[in-house]
Amino acid sequence: MTGPSLMDSLFQRSIDDLIKALRLTPPGTEAAFVAKAIEEIRREIRSTDPHTKASALQKLTYLHSLHGLDMSWAAFHSVELSSAAAHSHKRTAYLSAALSFNPATTDVILLLTHQLRKDLSSPNVHDVSLALSTLSSICNSDLARDLTPELFTLLSSSKVTVRKKAIATVLRVFEQYPDAVRVCFKRVVENLENSDMGILSAVVGLFCELTENEPRSYLPLAPEFYKILVDCKNNWVLIKVLKIFAKLAPLEPRLGKRVVEPICEIMKTMGAKSLVFECVRTILTSLSEYDSAVKLAVNKVREFLSEDDPNLKYLGLQALAIVAQKDILAVVENKDLVVKALSDSDVNIRFEALRLVMCMVSEDNVMEICRILISHALKSDPEFCNEILGFILLTCGRNYYEVVFDFDWYVLFLGEMARVPHCQKGDEIATQLIDIGMRVKDARSQLVNVTRELVIDPALLGNPFMHAVLSAAAWVSGEYIKLSRNPFEIIEALLQPRTSLLSPSVRAIYIHSAFKVLMFCVYSYLKLNGEESSLPSTLTDSELVSDVELDDHNMIVTNGQAPSASSITHHLTQESLLALVNLVEINLGPLAGSNEVEVLERSTNVLGLIKLIKPMLLGSLNDCEGDQTKGELKASETVKMIFDSCSEDLGPVSVNAQEKVPIPDGLVLKENLDDLEEICGDIKLPVLTSFSLVRPQFAETSNSAECQGKDESELSTGSTSLLAEHRKRHGLYYLSPGNTVTTSNDYPPAHDPKDMAIDEDEDLAKLTEKSLLTGKKPSQSKPRPVVVRFDDGEVTNAATNRTEIKAGLISGAVNEVLLGDEATTSSSSRRKPPKSRRAAEDSNVSITEYKSDASKIDQSEHSKAGLGGSKHNGHGKERRRRSSGKDKEHDRKDKHKSDSAAYGKHRSRHRADKAVEAQAPVIPDFLL
Amino acid sequence: MGIRFVLMVNKQGQTRLAQYYEYLNIEERRALEGEIVRKCLTRNEQQCSFVEHRNYKVVYRRYASLFFLVGVDNEENELAILEFIHLLVETMDRHFGNVCELDIMFHLEKAHFMLEEMVMNGCIVETSKANILSPIQLLDKAS
Repeated sequence: MTGPSLMDSLFQRSIDDLIKALRLTPPGTEAAFVAKAIEEIRREIRSTDPHTKASALQKLTYLHSLHGLDMSWAAFHSVELSSAAAHSHKRTAYLSAALSFNPATTDVILLLTHQLRKDLSSPNVHDVSLALSTLSSICNSDLARDLTPELFTLLSSSKVTVRKKAIATVLRVFEQYPDAVRVCFKRVVENLENSDMGILSAVVGLFCELTENEPRSYLPLAPEFYKILVDCKNNWVLIKVLKIFAKLAPLEPRLGKRVVEPICEIMKTMGAKSLVFECVRTILTSLSEYDSAVKLAVNKVREFLSEDDPNLKYLGLQALAIVAQKDILAVVENKDLVVKALSDSDVNIRFEALRLVMCMVSEDNVMEICRILISHALKSDPEFCNEILGFILLTCGRNYYEVVFDFDWYVLFLGEMARVPHCQKGDEIATQLIDIGMRVKDARSQLVNVTRELVIDPALLGNPFMHAVLSAAAWVSGEYIKLSRNPFEIIEALLQPRTSLLSPSVRAIYIHSAFKVLMFCVYSYLKLNGEESSLPSTLTDSELVSDVELDDHNMIVTNGQAPSASSITHHLTQESLLALVNLVEINLGPLAGSNEVEVLERSTNVLGLIKLIKPMLLGSLNDCEGDQTKGELKASETVKMIFDSCSEDLGPVSVNAQEKVPIPDGLVLKENLDDLEEICGDIKLPVLTSFSLVRPQFAETSNSAECQGKDESELSTGSTSLLAEHRKRHGLYYLSPGNTVTTSNDYPPAHDPKDMAIDEDEDLAKLTEKSLLTGKKPSQSKPRPVVVRFDDGEVTNAATNRTEIKAGLISGAVNEVLLGDEATTSSSSRRKPPKSRRAAEDSNVSITEYKSDASKIDQSEHSKAGLGGSKHNGHGKERRRRSSGKDKEHDRKDKHKSDSAAYGKHRSRHRADKAVEAQAPVIPDFLL
Repeated sequence: MGIRFVLMVNKQGQTRLAQYYEYLNIEERRALEGEIVRKCLTRNEQQCSFVEHRNYKVVYRRYASLFFLVGVDNEENELAILEFIHLLVETMDRHFGNVCELDIMFHLEKAHFMLEEMVMNGCIVETSKANILSPIQLLDKAS
């Protein structure tokens, strides 16, 4: 590569040439063109002629910024050019640095320190402001540390532009180098009283950012902010001040009382929507205890919602979402508009509206709202449809179906949701179907009806999104087959040919459910025969019979209806049962050769069982002989045992159950398993849980279901007794009536004729209004079914979630500056004995609120000292400390400070006295 | 930090100006720009000007063939940002006289300088058009 020559400078392409050429390049060849241009730039940028260099850098910056080209290699050239004499070259250099340097990794930044210092102290305003802009974008901790003195000087510059930019830069410097706060903070605070809008805007913007992280430190400045709030007429500044108060007001109740008036005034009189909205947001987030203000704000929100402007509509909905957390009535008042927004053309608005609608859900209106939402879901695009379904599932399932009183309705509704054409929420629906089955006994009969509809519909098998739901439905059908009206129909459905479309894991569940159903039929048949005593020889043991009956009573969940088992007996004849067994055998026969291990295993189990019971059935058909009777007896016993182990009720198990079991002495769990891990670390275990049980608390239950399934297949004769024994021994981990939460309440029946009439949104509005306003529940009374839940588990999980607040370095320094160094010593408590006790109390409060050591100290300081005085006192202290080891820069500063410190001391005494009288720990009373 | 980035993008989705107030490397920038542009450019005039993306809120406005997109954090006042965009466009209008895409392309540096005068460190520091433009006019005079 040749060095830069005169020719290069003479015939250099300008940035305009480059852009024009780029525009003319045919698509596709752009990359080649850019590569060539970079080649040129690499040559030109090494030129000693600043003009050539600047032009090259300009081109490079352009390519970097808009075409995403790497220019980190040219970082040094930016530094080099920044010392150019011409202001325009300097600008180019600084801009390229600002756009491309990475403060964390670009090492040549350090080389820029000297040039920046020179420019910051330059008499040329433009050089200074240029340097400040650059510093604010590339500042790292080294630059911040080295340039703090220059910045400190600029903070009191007489030139407005410079001072404004210095203030804006300070934020970045504080972040990188918190010690700078000690030096600069007071000057920044002084600017709060400046009348120039540019300066005020910058300084208020700075405090707005600072208060975001650690608002408590800035409480002492509340009087200054208050003055700006009342006096300032600039909307930009007012918006920022409002944001500051939104952070401060919750910390100090008397402050809220003070600012609520002027904020309402602004809201009423100002025309600018942005400002009005900020007032609304401030009131709703931070001043929600002032009812009249909230009312005013909600009225404004209503105005926003009624406008045609989609922006205002969106923001109005967001504002309502803030209210919804505290005062749901305010949302209900506007629900007509919210429901209308559900059909807006903008998906963002629809989404916000949906969130609000779900906030409104209560036990009284959940049915109506869900009905409206599902009709919206059917109308909307797939994405939003699923959004709606997801919200419904989330809201209804929240906190153990808190809002659901009528589970019959909810179970039906789940089935309905599963059939919504775009539904992709199958997993969640499946989880809830199983969960309700296990938790809510009274809902089981309806649940069986719903799942029957799902299982017997061959059309659903073709939809892969339905498979999760179907697997849950199959499981429920098998598990609660006692409640089914027609087990034959279920078993046919479970074995229908189209089940081949299912995934193997789901299919395994289908087969296993079929197994349970078959077991149930055979058992019922045997029992029937036993009762009729038509074949006394088959069940000679009378004990067995009574046992069966007794068991039967326990097993079948009586629901106030006639036990549906009796209905089965009508068509339970030997022929029909045999036909059933044959059907199963024919359908499962081919599957015994399946490649899928789960499918294979399950079908082999069933076939094995059939082999066992078939002779018995055949035998009883042809008048049996002696040895056959013996075999039959054995078979019937087996059947009974399998059935018993199947019928053992599965309940939810607490997540903490395992932890409660003490580990026996001498049991080493970890080491052996570690070895195992080594051996079969890369072997993938077959997926056992075929329902996708999303929520962790169900995982254990499903495992136990699987284990049980295995027990059955092994035909372990002692399983029932083992289970019973286990239950006796570890009774406390099982569900006992005492452990369940019984919420007795009234709820309307699922198919209230009155509900049928409600289809339109307006009706929803009317109905929800009625139910919410009267606060009464519909007259039909029926106790809410018991929802089984544990009191431990989830609660402790939630409690462990403790957020830790990082002790902010900046706020620590701010406190030091504002409140004095006493924070670290405890001398002040000696000086002001009468207040020390209250200080201690306050610090306790702050511990509970904050859990942050830094703020604890701060707070106790707040309470001890009045605002203004301590601030200036602090400087007195700080001066003494700093002046010991610092350069002349500080000496100059000190002169200024000592004046203010003297002044401050005078004021502080004055204020501190007042504070004692009024019991005002934080903000002096001259304001409040 | 209130404003996180300012983007100007044409109808075809090409970036015409990109100013970030926090450091992102080139890949991150390209990815972010691509995603946001895809999200915003498909929206029509009847839809609202706010889009949530990752942890940003993007406030955008279309002027003729150019989209102005401003990424802000969640605390920022969206309507104020819309006003800010309008102010930026008016300022450019005053300087270039009915600003168009080409003006910004060929005077990218100047556009950056204007932004620099208005926003520092993500905070809006100047809202007077005359104040914003005075250093740029001086620069023009000098060259």
